[in-house]
Parts: sequence; structure tokens; C-alpha cells
Amino acid sequence: MKPSPMTQPATLNTRATVPALWSDYLQLLKPRVMSLVVFTALTGFVCAGVKTNPLLAAVAILCIAVGAGASGALNMWFDADIDGRMRRTRGRPVPMGKVMGVEAATMGVVLSLFSIMLLGMTTNWLAAGMLAFTIFFYVVVYTMWLKRWTPQNIVIGGLAGALPPAIGWAAATGSAPLNAWLMVLIIFMWTPPHAWALSLYTSEDYAKVGVPMMPVAKGAASTRRQIFIYSLLFAPICLIPAFTGLGGPAYLAVAALGGLVFLLLAWRVFRSKAGDAPDERLEGEDRLYAVRAGAKDARNLFAFSILYLTLLFAALLGEHLLGLAPLELLQ
Amino acid sequence: MMPEPIERPTYDVEAFRKARAGRNVALGLGLVAFVVIVFLVTVIRMGANAQPHF
Repeated sequence: MKPSPMTQPATLNTRATVPALWSDYLQLLKPRVMSLVVFTALTGFVCAGVKTNPLLAAVAILCIAVGAGASGALNMWFDADIDGRMRRTRGRPVPMGKVMGVEAATMGVVLSLFSIMLLGMTTNWLAAGMLAFTIFFYVVVYTMWLKRWTPQNIVIGGLAGALPPAIGWAAATGSAPLNAWLMVLIIFMWTPPHAWALSLYTSEDYAKVGVPMMPVAKGAASTRRQIFIYSLLFAPICLIPAFTGLGGPAYLAVAALGGLVFLLLAWRVFRSKAGDAPDERLEGEDRLYAVRAGAKDARNLFAFSILYLTLLFAALLGEHLLGLAPLELLQ
Repeated sequence: MMPEPIERPTYDVEAFRKARAGRNVALGLGLVAFVVIVFLVTVIRMGANAQPHF
């Protein structure tokens, strides 16, 4: 079967037309995503509760971060054709012509191999294998297959972003018990409402390049309904660590209160017109205002979802560092 | 009849050179950091294995 132009990777042999600075190569690694990966992997590592040489711990977290960055570079190589046509991504180094596609791909492959090998040598091969699987899942399963094929792309593909805490835990102990997978489950269930809230007000970009994000494929109303359903599942799941010894009272308070706010914001999105085309009868400023009013609810949920996940993991990290978590108190 | 001159894109050669020098420094530092990390990790792991077992 001949692949459609939409699934062709970026041109490999295009000569760079603008001088690339070292910071452009750093941008290929998606530093903001890396910072979230570092934070969640570190939380997994610390929650494992094993005393490790601090340098080995730092190298392990660095490897996980570089592995995540490498998958980001491979994503930017493969998606350069659509990135160049979307407002949010057209400033990336490959579509800008600063970095050649082949350079981004090479950098991604080399850094993937180095980070996996170094993590294996520094900690253990379970953690290294999980990192390899994460990179494979993000690049091949999500980027090359799911993203342009199904509106469930970020639901399934979200697993790649959810795995770092389990990798961190495995790096510390050589195993990945239930509590490690609970952290994975939290991020996994958090991803759909988070990503769909964003896509409700950026769906024009995705529609333009034919990526079947949920609002493009199923419509805004269906997306808002699914955001609310996933939020109903997500909020109680966040409470579970408080009953498995992973989280203590501070975590429970953050999870409960934040969960209520999350549900409230998801309800508002459900009731809003976020993502809908403006009413044809409206004209001028009324028409603009109608769009903005709906987008505001989606923006609020998107912004709060980031804060909530950060607070959940910060609570876990803080409790375990201070020795206040039930798992530490039992030791 | 004279053929029309072909328009070629112009490159700021000096800007490309400067950017390449910056990239080379960054790559060099990255490689040195990698060597140092591998050295330290090896020392720590070998040290842990060399400890006497009681």
C-alpha cells in the first residue's frame, strides 16, 4: 500500500537555510516535556524508598530525561511536515529550516541508545528496558501510527508519558510494584482530559493538517462529554495512593480538594460551548465573544490540570523526602 | 540572447561559521560530561562490588 503524503516523514536531505544554534538542538529535546519527566521520574525514584548513591540517582534521572528528549527529537523529525503547518509548532527547528530532518533523526537515535545503555549500566536492565519501551511506544506506536490514525491517539499514546515514575522506581529498586503502577495510572488517566481541553481551542490547527484529534473527528460536544467522563474516573483514582501506603495525609488532602476543583472545571467545560463553531447568527464582536467564552472554560481546565498533577506528585515527593509517608513510617 | 541569471539563495557564511563553532563547543562539553559520568559511575559501581562481605 502506498503511504499517503500525510504519513511521509520530513524531507531528509533538505539543506539547512538558517544557521542552527546549539539551543535549537536543545529545543529538539522538548525541554518542557523533559522537566515534567524529570519531576515524575524523580518522584518514582524517591517513593521507592531505597537509599542510593546520589550520583547514581542523578545519572539515572538524567538518562530518563535524555531518553524522553530523544523521543521528542524523533517526533519532531517525523512530524516536521505537519508541524510546519500548525501555528503552535511551526517555530520548531526542523520546519523553520534550522535543523535538517536527518540531523534530528540521528540525534534522536544516538541519544536513545546512549541513554538506554547508560541507564542499564548505572542502575539495572529492567529500568533500561522500560525506558527503551517508552521511547519505542512514543515514537513508533504514538507518533508514527496512532497520532494520524485514530481519535484515541492520546488516550493510548498517553502511556508513554505516564511511564517515567515506574522507570524511576525500577531504577531505584530493580522492580516495579503496584504503587509504581498507581503513579503511572494517575498520569495515564490525567492525559485525556488534559490534552482534549487543549485541543478544544486548538482544533483548527489539527483539522488543517488532518490529525484526527477528538474535537476534529467526533466533534466538540462529544469531546466535552468524554472529558467529563474521564474526569469522573480520574478524580477517585487519585485518592487510591492514600490507601496503599504510597501517599499520606498531605497527599490525601491535595488529591481530594484538587480532585473536586478538577471535577468542577470539567463540569464547566461539559456545560460550555468550548470548541463549537460560533453561532452563524452572531456578527462582529458578539461572534468573537461567543468563541472566547467557551474557550475560557477549556483553558481553565487545561491550566488547572497541569497544576493538579504537579501538586499530586509534589505531595508524594515531599512526604517521602520528609519520611512522613506511610511506607516510610512502617520501615 | 543572454540567458536570465539564476537566483540563488544567499547565505550569511559568517553566521553559519559562528553557529557551527557554538555547536562544536556544546558537543565537546557534552562528550566530556559523558566521559566523566561513565568514569564516575564505573568507579562507584566497582567500589560497591569491592567492599568486603561479612
